Amino acid sequence: MIECKILPTSLSVDDVYQSVVDPTCGGICLFVGTARDHNKGKSVIRLEFEVYESMAEKLLSEIATECASKYGVRRVVIHHRSGPVGITDIAVIIGVSSAHRAAAFDACEYAIDQLKERVPIWKREFLTDGSYWVGTRP
Amino acid sequence: MYISTMRIKYFGIVREVVGSDDIAITPGMTVGEVRALLLDRYPDLASLKSLMIARNQAYALDDEVLGPADELAIIPPVSGG
Repeated sequence: MIECKILPTSLSVDDVYQSVVDPTCGGICLFVGTARDHNKGKSVIRLEFEVYESMAEKLLSEIATECASKYGVRRVVIHHRSGPVGITDIAVIIGVSSAHRAAAFDACEYAIDQLKERVPIWKREFLTDGSYWVGTRP
Repeated sequence: MYISTMRIKYFGIVREVVGSDDIAITPGMTVGEVRALLLDRYPDLASLKSLMIARNQAYALDDEVLGPADELAIIPPVSGG
């Protein structure tokens, strides 16, 4: 089972958890990415995420499918915020369930690593003296 | 007069650079030609870490030829998660 969503509202860890619980699975791994208050030595006030929604959902589903085929996990759920995110708010939740814990850990890590490399989502950081798009220049 | 018959989406810093300009992108062009046209018109884009082009929600190779119903998107470096 795979579920990938871009949501403009607060994400819920419990919603993701309930979606990956499975009677055949003894291990559930959840990754939660939150907005932190500093980056490269500067204070961050808030974030905003711009998303190419149709392609992002498509690529998230591809990544989730890869998790299942590479690691044999049973369920993969990925939720990502669009729009403004305050400090400590949740930007992304990845939930994975599998029969045993090793595959769940590995698949969860794979999913967030691939998301950060491939999925068309852009983070804008707001500092005290302005804002900028993260990671645009070498 | 530029008439763009293609649906083109811009995101992030590319959206800010291009603004509401019309770009002459037409069916029959290759993805590589689109890239060259953008870099020529907006030299600042060359300083980005990457500039990918997506065609119908998939990353495209430069030799792909654009069709009239294609949706193009110009993808600057991603930073989700």
